Amino acid sequence: MDLVVNGDRHTLEMDPRTTLLDALREHLGLTGAKKGCDHGQCGACTVLLEGRRVNSCLILAVTLDGASVTTVEGLAHPVQEKFLEHDGFQCGYCTPGQICSSVGMLDEALSDDDPPELSDAEIRERMSGNLCRCGAYPNIVRAIREVAAR
Amino acid sequence: MTATSERAVGQPLRRIEGPDKVTGAARYAAEYQVGDDLAYGWVAQSPVAGGTLTGVTVDPLVEADDVLAVLWHGNAPRLAEGDDPELAVLQSDRISYRGQALALVVARTLEAARAAAASLQLSIDPSPADTVLSFARDDLYTPEKVNPDFPSETSTGDVSAAFDAAPVRVDVTYSTPALHNSPMEPHATTALWEGDELVLYDSNQHPPGVAATLATLFELPPERVHVITEHVGGGFGSKGTARPNAVLAAMAARVTGRPVRLALPRQALFSMVGHRTPTIQQLRLGATPDGKLTAIDHLAVAHTSRLFEFAEQTAVTTRHLYEAPAVRTGHRLARLDMPTPRWMRAPGEAPGMVGLECAMDELAIALSLDPIELRVRNASSSLLTDCLRHGADRFGWHDRDPRPRQRRDGDWWIGTGVASATYPAMVQPSTARARRLSTGDYEVSIAAADLGTGARTVLTQIAADALDVPHDRVRVRIGDSTLPFASVAGGSSGTASWGWAVTGACRALRDSGGSDEATFDSSDLVEQLNQEGKHAYGAHFAEVRVDAVTGEVRVTRLYGLYAAGRILNPRTARSQFIGGMTMGMGMALHEEGVLDPNVGTWVNHDLAEYHVPTHADIESITAEWLDDAGEGQNPMGSKGIGEIGIVGSPAAIVNAVWHATGVRVRDLPVRLDKLLPHL
Ligand code: FES
Ligand code: FES
Repeated sequence: MDLVVNGDRHTLEMDPRTTLLDALREHLGLTGAKKGCDHGQCGACTVLLEGRRVNSCLILAVTLDGASVTTVEGLAHPVQEKFLEHDGFQCGYCTPGQICSSVGMLDEALSDDDPPELSDAEIRERMSGNLCRCGAYPNIVRAIREVAAR
Repeated sequence: MTATSERAVGQPLRRIEGPDKVTGAARYAAEYQVGDDLAYGWVAQSPVAGGTLTGVTVDPLVEADDVLAVLWHGNAPRLAEGDDPELAVLQSDRISYRGQALALVVARTLEAARAAAASLQLSIDPSPADTVLSFARDDLYTPEKVNPDFPSETSTGDVSAAFDAAPVRVDVTYSTPALHNSPMEPHATTALWEGDELVLYDSNQHPPGVAATLATLFELPPERVHVITEHVGGGFGSKGTARPNAVLAAMAARVTGRPVRLALPRQALFSMVGHRTPTIQQLRLGATPDGKLTAIDHLAVAHTSRLFEFAEQTAVTTRHLYEAPAVRTGHRLARLDMPTPRWMRAPGEAPGMVGLECAMDELAIALSLDPIELRVRNASSSLLTDCLRHGADRFGWHDRDPRPRQRRDGDWWIGTGVASATYPAMVQPSTARARRLSTGDYEVSIAAADLGTGARTVLTQIAADALDVPHDRVRVRIGDSTLPFASVAGGSSGTASWGWAVTGACRALRDSGGSDEATFDSSDLVEQLNQEGKHAYGAHFAEVRVDAVTGEVRVTRLYGLYAAGRILNPRTARSQFIGGMTMGMGMALHEEGVLDPNVGTWVNHDLAEYHVPTHADIESITAEWLDDAGEGQNPMGSKGIGEIGIVGSPAAIVNAVWHATGVRVRDLPVRLDKLLPHL
């Protein structure tokens, strides 16, 4: 099967049970997307599939022939700098997921026919699928808010 | 000393590894590329809490092409004896808890390993399981010591007589549930043998400790085990020592002759890596009518396992936080067919301060005295008093109506609560090495682990000041067991311990008159230190609103003010404080291992059902600090800050819920079903 990841086309031969997350981590060496639960419960594995945020642990890679995926390694987005500025992480394990999720979330809001106001409460609600056990939440929200305000 | 640069310590330096963490370049234990023949391990866990494993049947048709080995006690290599019986994996037929590793499948792919492990037939003779902790058990016993080395019982004065004679009394029982550390990175190891050297990429809080343990178990000279721990996705105590994943991965790599990766699935973390014991705490407080404590009596019951005694030091804080002529504390344990409880962020202090600080709130109510005033009148430390008084000003406590159930906004009852916080300021021996590089920069090495605390960054600041150079001329190397010995990243002691060694090495190099390298071992100095009675203090304030119709609790504001020595990096320190407070909120409202007593397991063993705080739970969390730099007992004047945020913050929330609603919940967490009947 073919997968376009961060702009590069890869031809992969894998066990049909391989998830997108394991395809990225174990077959392509792209370990930016993290495995926190493997069950769609934590958001650490969030990547952008055709620009939309998804939990990559919940998708079988074989269903994505020809699809285009962006991982944290392929991003160059202002939110990354804001994470550094506001200390939007401690251990960093949820961070790629938080970053991909916030990029997807900002895009969803922008492309909405009736764009929502991204208040702190709205950002929190929209980011709640991404757990952070280190508790960096207020700093993450601050980082996203500053990008959203632009 | 001549200052050649602006002091780095005290600056809000950004995390040195930050750019790697926001781009995906930072590598964790399961992410190293170690060759084309990498194999994957998957553990088969016990479905019963007690019994004997009599055999393992492998279906020869399942994943036949890919399975490389199936290990169990019938065929696994023998390990030497170590001090942690939970690391004697696949060594005996005895089953001591549900979730124990009984077999390990090693396969060419992750998918094959998982499917083959699921298809194993485990022949088990089960035995009845005893899994429920209660105060009424007749087999509770008094452990000799409680973690790490405190006497189990203490007594001054005649507590019973003082309590009986006290004009105002509170006699209450609080309980806290089993809690699970749940770091976002599951415990993981990539193991390989290079000749007879064992190399482990392992997620842990103590690389040299893990190396020493593995050397013992595999009977290797210590220098032949190399543990690499570059980044750790959180630990919160659960990675303080080697866990079964490290031993199993090393064993599998030896048997198959290939590198083996073993990342525990999330569900396995609930049983295989430790948890915080549930506690039941009896508190009896007696006071004079003007609010002077005359009797404090704190008895705590907890569980431990059949394999290993871990005794949570639940009542230890009660020994020193407040002054009274009669104080008695004690601990009792039940040995159950359960996984061994271990350290979870502020073991002892976190659950014990739920009991003490909620009981203090109840006493203040019985006395018709402001809860801050009651604490101030009995505080053993002026730092605690400072935090309470200044915290009250900054939080806006003073116009509070002390009566419960007075503020209402639409459907919401609103209330505020307070609790004290404290955590010991500890230092442990460590060694560091400083080198002058040919480029003129400096390299400082110590085998410490950065779990997200910011250790790499703050050690860079400490080294820069000790060398009198700008921080960008210092490279700190950590996360590798072959570097000079570092103590564990635990007990909020990392920065104090490692920073002392780093300071020593850097000063020695600076003052050496031109040598290129200096090493410093802090052991002698640390041994001479009297660490008793040295603590960080704080005060937590919470404002909550409780939905009168649904019982939902929201924490509108959580505020912490700390006296925790010199704050070395305000940016990373603030993150540690608010991280601890966030976990404290989880403890008050969300987190609870729900036991199925028949099978001895927590039925909610995943992140969908074990609720940790999410983005949507957090409204306003603020941490500030007072300067008490003179108090820290090390060259930096620092105290530990990683754990104090979870100490007292749960009680502040529980007390605020009472103030909002008039409902006193004594059994954590405060779930809406406990409030609803009384609203
Ligand atoms: S790893 Fe995919 S949601 Fe947790
Ligand atoms: S930074 Fe550690 S889990 Fe979010």
